[in-house]
Amino acid sequence: MAEIRVEHLRKAFGDFVAVQDSNFVVRDGEFFVMLGPSGCGKTTTLRMIAGLELPTGGKILLGGEDVTMRRARERDIAFVFQLFALYPHMNVRKNIGFPLLAQGMPGAEIRARVEETAKLLRIDHLLNKSVSGLAGGDRQRVALGRAIVRRPKCFLMDEPLGTLDTEFRDLMVHELRELHNRIHATTVYVTHDQMEAMSMADKIAVMNHGVIEQFGSPREIYDRPATMFVADFIGSPPMNFLGFGGGLSKGAKEIVVQGAKVAVPEVREDIAPSDMALGIRPEHIRFDNKSSLRGAIYGTEYLGTTQIVAVETADGIIKARVPAEIRLNPGEPVGLSLSSARLSLFERGSGRAVRTAIHDATAEVRHG
Amino acid sequence: MSLTSAHSVVAPSATSRRIAGTIIVAYALISIVPLLWIFATSFKTPPDSIAYPPKILFQPSLEGYCNLFTTRTRQTPEYIKALGPATGLCDETVRKRNMVIAGPSNFMPRFVNSLIIAFGSTFCAVFLGTLSAYGFSRFKVPLADDLLFFILSTRMMPPIAVAIPIYLMYRELGLSDTALGMILLYTAVNVSLAVWLLKGFIDEIPREYEEAAMIDGYTRLQAFWRTVLPQATTGIAATAIFCLIFAWNEYAFAALLTSGTAQTAPPFIPTIIGEGGQDWPAVAAGTTIFLVPILVFTILLRKQLLRGITFGAVRK
Repeated sequence: MAEIRVEHLRKAFGDFVAVQDSNFVVRDGEFFVMLGPSGCGKTTTLRMIAGLELPTGGKILLGGEDVTMRRARERDIAFVFQLFALYPHMNVRKNIGFPLLAQGMPGAEIRARVEETAKLLRIDHLLNKSVSGLAGGDRQRVALGRAIVRRPKCFLMDEPLGTLDTEFRDLMVHELRELHNRIHATTVYVTHDQMEAMSMADKIAVMNHGVIEQFGSPREIYDRPATMFVADFIGSPPMNFLGFGGGLSKGAKEIVVQGAKVAVPEVREDIAPSDMALGIRPEHIRFDNKSSLRGAIYGTEYLGTTQIVAVETADGIIKARVPAEIRLNPGEPVGLSLSSARLSLFERGSGRAVRTAIHDATAEVRHG
Repeated sequence: MSLTSAHSVVAPSATSRRIAGTIIVAYALISIVPLLWIFATSFKTPPDSIAYPPKILFQPSLEGYCNLFTTRTRQTPEYIKALGPATGLCDETVRKRNMVIAGPSNFMPRFVNSLIIAFGSTFCAVFLGTLSAYGFSRFKVPLADDLLFFILSTRMMPPIAVAIPIYLMYRELGLSDTALGMILLYTAVNVSLAVWLLKGFIDEIPREYEEAAMIDGYTRLQAFWRTVLPQATTGIAATAIFCLIFAWNEYAFAALLTSGTAQTAPPFIPTIIGEGGQDWPAVAAGTTIFLVPILVFTILLRKQLLRGITFGAVRK
C-alpha cells in the first residue's frame, strides 16, 4: 500500500481544460472520494493516476515515486470500472486470475490466490460460472476481486456502483467500506453521489469545472463548506442562501438579513462591502413566531420522521427540515429562527466562504 | 433497454405476412433455380444436357465429372477394343464415346490455385484490416476521417477500371501469373471493406476491456490479443466471409492477369467448354465443385454472418 500525492496536476483536451492545478494527498490506507457533477474532471484525474491518460502538466507520486509518465502496467495499481469490464469470454475464476497471469505466476499459486480472494468477497461458489449470467452485485464483487487479488499499491474506482439499482447500491456501499476496513488499501473512489461519498470516505475532494473546491473529511465538507458550490452540491435539500449587503469586519457577531438581526459565528476577517450570502442548512431552521426574520409557508414534503417545508421569503424560497408532527398550512406566516453557531457566510462574487468562528473548530479537530 | 421492443411495435398483420412470404419465396426460387439447373446438368450426359425440351428426369451419369478431371483422346473402336478391360468407372464411361483418358486435366491445380489465392488474400485482408480498424477505433489518427474516406474510395469504382495500369505494372514487376500477385491484388481490394466493417465491430467493444488489461499488467498488444480479439470474432468471421466470397468469385482480374501456373478456377471453368465439343456437363460439374468451399465456409459461419449483416441493429 502507498500514499498518493498529486501536485499541480493539469489536463487539457485542446482548448478545454478538464483538470486545473489539482493538489491533494491521499494518505496510506485512506479511503478518498472525488465527488462532483459529471464533467467536473474527477474521472480524468482518476485516469491520470491510473496512467490511462497522460497529464498536460504536474506530477503524480505513488509511494514517493514519480510515476507521472509511467505506463499503466508499470504503476502497480488496480482499477474498477463503472461497467466492470469483466471479460465476457472468461469465467469468474479466469477473470479474477487474469492480472496474476500477467505476472507469470504459477498456476497453482494463481488458483490459491483466486480462491482466497473469492472467499473474502463471498463469491467462491461462483468461480466456475460465466460472468454474463451474474447479477449486478456479483459482477461488482468479481470486478473487486480482480482488483484486490494482486495486492496492488492502491485501488482506483470509477463510479463502481453507478449501474447498480438502489437496493444493491446500499448493500455494496457497506460491503466496500467493510472491505476497506479489513484490508486498509489506499483507495481513490470517484462518484457523483453524495450519499456514497459521505458514507464511505475518510476524505472527500469536491470538484467542479476541473477545480477542487474543497478537500476535507465528510464532516468538514458538510459543516464548513469552503465555497457556495460545495454548500449547494452537498446536502439534500442543499444549503439555503439568503442575500445581504455591506461589509464585514473582524469580530462582528451579527448581520442584518431582510431587516432582521441574525447572530452569526464571530467573523475572523475584514470584508469590503459587496454582495454577501448567509448559508443555512435546512435542519438549522426552526419556526419561531417571535423571530423578526419572516416568511410564509409555500408547501411541504412529508418524509415520515421529518418534513421539508418550503418557505417563501423576501429573497425567494428557502427549505427547512423540521419534525414531521408540526402542522403547517400553505400561506401561513412564520418567523424563522436560525441556529447561529452553524451558519456560514459567503462572498457572492467569488463564492468563497468568509472565515468565521466555525473554522476555529477545524483547527481544533486537526490538532486534536 | 432491449431493442426488440423497437422492432415489434405492432405484430405484422396476416396480409402483410402473406405478401412478405410470397416475395421471399419468389426471390428464393429465382436465386435457387439456376443453381439447381447447374447441379442437375453436372449429372447429365452431354446429349441429355442439350436435349430440347430440357429433361427434368434423366438417367444420372458421372460423365461430366470424368470429363472435368481428365483430358481424353479420340481413338478408333478397334484401338479401344485392343486395349485391356477398363480400369475404372471413368475409363468405362469415356470408352463408350470412343475416347481414352490421356491424363489429368488442369482443373485440380486451378482449383488449388483458387483456394490458395482466395484464403491467402482473405487472411491478409482480415489481418491488416483488424489492426488498422483497431488503430482507427482507439487512437487519435491525424486526418482519420480523410484516411478512412480514401480507403473506402477504392471501392467506389469497379476494380476492373484500373485493370490496364495494374496489368502493365504487374508485367514490369514480374507479378503476372503468380499466386503472390493475385493475393496482393485481392488483399488490396478487400482491405478497405475489412477496415470499414471491422472498425464498426471494434467501436462497439468498450475500451475499458483493454484498459483493464493494461492496468493489470499487460502490454497493449497483449491486451488487444486477449481481450479485444476474442470479442471481435463475430465481426472477423463476417468480414472474412465477405472477403472470401469476393476473392473466390473474382473473374475479370483473374482472366486478365493469370493464364498459366497461377490461373484460378473462374477463368478456367469456361475453357472446359472448348475441348471436344460443347461439354456442358463438365462445365456444370466444375461449377458445382467450385461452389462447395464457399458453401461449407458460409454454413460453418452462418451465425456470425447473419450478425455481421445486421450489426449495429442488435446490441449485445
